[in-house]
Amino acid sequence: MTATDTTRTDSLAFNGIGMTFPDGTEAIREASFSVARGEFVTIVGPSGCGKSTLLKIASGLLEPTAGTVTVDRERLGYVFQDATLLPWRNVLGNVELLAELHGIDKTERRRLALEAIDMVGLTSFQGHYPRSLSGGMKMRASLARTLTLKPPVFLFDEPFGAVDEITREHLNDETQRLFQTEGFAGLFITHSIAEAVFMSTRVLVMSARPGRIVAEFDVPFDYPRHPELRFDPEFAALCGEVSKELRGSHQ
Amino acid sequence: MSIDDLSTAATSGSDTTVDAAPVDAPPVRRTRPRRTAGSLALQFLPPLILGAAIVGAWYYVSYGLLTPERRFLLRPPHEILQVGFLDWDHFSEILLALWSSTRVALIGLGISICIGFFLATIMSQTKIVERAVFPYMVMLQAIPILAIVPLIGFWWGYGTTSRIAVCVIISLFPIIVNTLFGLQSAERGMHDLFTLHHASRLTRLRKLMFPAAQPAIFAGLRISAGLSVIGAIVGDYFFGQGAVGIGQLLKRYSSRLEGEELLAAVIMSSALGVVVFLFFGWLQGVAIGKWHDSSGPND
Repeated sequence: MTATDTTRTDSLAFNGIGMTFPDGTEAIREASFSVARGEFVTIVGPSGCGKSTLLKIASGLLEPTAGTVTVDRERLGYVFQDATLLPWRNVLGNVELLAELHGIDKTERRRLALEAIDMVGLTSFQGHYPRSLSGGMKMRASLARTLTLKPPVFLFDEPFGAVDEITREHLNDETQRLFQTEGFAGLFITHSIAEAVFMSTRVLVMSARPGRIVAEFDVPFDYPRHPELRFDPEFAALCGEVSKELRGSHQ
Repeated sequence: MSIDDLSTAATSGSDTTVDAAPVDAPPVRRTRPRRTAGSLALQFLPPLILGAAIVGAWYYVSYGLLTPERRFLLRPPHEILQVGFLDWDHFSEILLALWSSTRVALIGLGISICIGFFLATIMSQTKIVERAVFPYMVMLQAIPILAIVPLIGFWWGYGTTSRIAVCVIISLFPIIVNTLFGLQSAERGMHDLFTLHHASRLTRLRKLMFPAAQPAIFAGLRISAGLSVIGAIVGDYFFGQGAVGIGQLLKRYSSRLEGEELLAAVIMSSALGVVVFLFFGWLQGVAIGKWHDSSGPND
């Protein structure tokens, strides 16, 4: 599947996606939505509702049992739940990996990697091996690795779920900054409502299995978003609304 | 410090500073505890004490339990040292035989490594081959070497070739099993990453599966290296044509009731096994110590 232009110049579009696994579990039912360039869409939902499955379908790792996806898969950025760094490569080697797989020559991939490492603030750790990095730093390295491709579409599969709260907030700050500077279309999966509202232009709520999109919220705050936004009453109110919807869909 | 650099970099993107807590700090580097005189003593004293006790018991058996006419059964330690190690005629004979057996062990191990890597790589690429080959590998492993000694002699004669064959049969299995396990040990997420970026089969093997397999490969190598030494000695014991190896020497000494030389030869064989084991431990440390935790000879 390659990109076919739709009216809104969507970077990524799901049309009536359904996914039933061979064992009979219906993971997703009738999911239709799209992400345009300059949009950062986050899907929140309870665990096991098929959020990650949507990303696997978008990237082609899974074939949906119903519906179609429209996206350019050649330069698709995908940040996994785990950092999935190769333990035998240092940070620089890990960040160079994707460019290497795409056959980019040595000097160019080194340049791209150093630039991306700088973007996530890991420059002084480029020679470190993953075993001596903290969880947050591993995630930064993983982000940098994807950034080297300069992907127009960025998929995030609950990447900050395993780090502590403060680190997560810092990573959120940086992700929305990268979104602003790099101008990609982002699709982010999480079960943290605050994280969703803080970074996104739009939040979608997914129901428990079988996953359906049950609500949609536009997030009105301007970019760049400052960390203090988290203490803003308006921010809290929006989080409350999303939470209420999520709760409702869970029952 | 580098940690400060990082937290500055982490917050520099947003115009306002957040709380100054050093977030995202790297975990404390695990360093080996400093070796003090006390810890050194604690490490070396127990084996030294036990060694002294064993030598003491040995003397007691030689002089206390055995009558002079039966003392040949267990010569006292200093006589072993004198006859087996300090008498150059005897010791050079042992060293020469040891060298011959070492060569057999190395050639056997080399062949095992080649066959083992090849088979494991094929098995990792094709499930059907794995299913087909694996039962026979287990069977090969289960064969008592004594049971096929006549066959091996029958096929390859009673010289070096047969000794090497014994080595290979004994040392092949751990290499295959560990290499295969290692090749299959790369995480699912990493495979997904390579799939997403259209990595070819060869690229996946070279850049993902093979590096991921290294710790297991080294574990297999250390086991097989020890086994190949045993294989060389056992093979030499049964197939004695050509250069005299340590197995032949052991046979000769025992038939002549030369207890001192016999024990010296046994001690040197065991030393060879230890050297080989340490060598591969060292090699492992050099090859993967930078990124893998459980490497080095002291794990």
